[in-house]
Amino acid sequence: MLLILVMVLTQGPIELAPPTDITAEDRPNDAGGNVVISWTKSADDGAGSDAVQEYLIFRAAQDEEFQQIGRTRKGGEEFVDATTQDGVEYRYLIKASDGTVHSEPGMSEVVVSSAQWFHAGRISMLVATLVISILILWFIRKAKRGEKLFIRRIAGLEAVDDAVGRATEMGKPIMYIPGILDMDDIQTIASMIILGRVARKAASYETPILVPCTRSIVMSAAQETVKEAYVDAGRPDAYDADKIRYLTDDQFGYAAGVDGLMLREKPGAIFYLGAFYAESLILAETGHSVGAIQIAGTAQPSQLPFFVTACDYTLIGEEFFAASAYLSREPLLLGSLKGQDWGKAIFIIILIIGILLVSFGFETIISLLSTGQ
Amino acid sequence: MKKQIPIIITFIAGMVMILQYFIPHRPFSDIQQLFNTWYVIIAVFAMILGLGNLLKIHAIRLQRRPKGWWYSIVLLLGFAVMFIAGMGWGIERGSLFDFLFWNTHLPMSSTMFALLAFFVASASYRAFRARTSEATLLLVSAILVMVGRVPLGNYIWDKLPLLGDWIMSYPNMAGQRAIMIGIALGVVSTSLRIILGIERTYLGGK
Repeated sequence: MLLILVMVLTQGPIELAPPTDITAEDRPNDAGGNVVISWTKSADDGAGSDAVQEYLIFRAAQDEEFQQIGRTRKGGEEFVDATTQDGVEYRYLIKASDGTVHSEPGMSEVVVSSAQWFHAGRISMLVATLVISILILWFIRKAKRGEKLFIRRIAGLEAVDDAVGRATEMGKPIMYIPGILDMDDIQTIASMIILGRVARKAASYETPILVPCTRSIVMSAAQETVKEAYVDAGRPDAYDADKIRYLTDDQFGYAAGVDGLMLREKPGAIFYLGAFYAESLILAETGHSVGAIQIAGTAQPSQLPFFVTACDYTLIGEEFFAASAYLSREPLLLGSLKGQDWGKAIFIIILIIGILLVSFGFETIISLLSTGQ
Repeated sequence: MKKQIPIIITFIAGMVMILQYFIPHRPFSDIQQLFNTWYVIIAVFAMILGLGNLLKIHAIRLQRRPKGWWYSIVLLLGFAVMFIAGMGWGIERGSLFDFLFWNTHLPMSSTMFALLAFFVASASYRAFRARTSEATLLLVSAILVMVGRVPLGNYIWDKLPLLGDWIMSYPNMAGQRAIMIGIALGVVSTSLRIILGIERTYLGGK
């Protein structure tokens, strides 16, 4: 006991090794106002006396005193100061601390934050977007000139007419489910486009079309789309706005509501086209149980197996986005499909070259094709 | 004019959103947030339309009394109770609204979700019937993955979990990535068609 007391009394104040190699740089590819400060850990952080508990970050603008602006836990080697003013010169001090005692400070060079006019980490994405866009526009132009374009047969889309026809023969309505996401999702937008085609077909056959929606804004868009389709088909009087109804925003509440509708209305054909999650199988199995011909399409890879299992036809990923062009058979739209296919061919070639290069140790290709956040 | 104005708005909005992805500088960096705010404002107004539609349809059902009309009473009563509870006593933790949410809405949602287990069983039965070579392949892969992920798999053969992981990491992942590439191209193509006004079905065009 006495020995411990003597040791404590004779021990001097703990001295912490300071952090080293302090650098402060403007954060690249941002809208300004950010500086990234990085350093090498103190020798007493995770080693030595292992007394460091945190790092304190101080900042001084031109001709100003240093003020503490933040702290990081032990082990930290980076801090982002998101409160800088662009064009102002700053210096940073970093101190290691055990909670009471601070180390000698390490200081950075002067740094100035700024905004960039181009995101340098997204060059590969820009190139890919440009190449695909040029290809698509090129084939649209070819289609405009009247050149015949071959598009492979898509069984699920060939079946759309049959499904509507079958429902008509059976005297049953069609049900169209546009997914559970809102209008800000590209799948819902694509779904509304296909709805226009299906509704036009339904209008010409005088078959009622039910569209239960999980978002109010989707309901409004679907009502307008179906209404326009009925006008185009020359049957505006047959349009019934109440067939396109809002159920609920709740995922499983919606599934229960749609299941109820299926069991009561017994539709002859059901279309599941849009974004789906866990409710996909609940809906598709109920649709199967009422004997409807079912066509599904989504860009959610995790839900595709459920639709493939429970539906008669499934549009997988890109086929779903090709549906509108395929159904319309309009040269301009088909041209865009052709461009899309050529884009895919280019990606396949790049993938094969990339695999070969990486296999032989040329890993620079990975950073060349990566996209910055 | 009815079609031209939406096409112009779509073109401008689409191009601005593409530009903001590549230009981090202000004002482009703030545009996505601004557009999201506008979307929320529009969505709130649409919500009123949605509720109006819901109440109207169920009021008509009460009037016409078709099969199952009493479910409409449940819906309208449920709506009224939750609306009064929320507007009258707030939606904070411990409020009547909160109590009703946790004790009625949540159990019902969970019940619907739980039904998935039975639907998975019935769908799996149909999918796994080995009537074609593809279905047989699916059946064999599914059994290897499923058995490899439970202790029994390891007990039967200690390499079975590794085999299951290999199926998920290589053939399955390769297939998923191929689908994802197709989807990405489809999204670009669809977006271009809409932004350039080539696709105008949603406006009633042919």
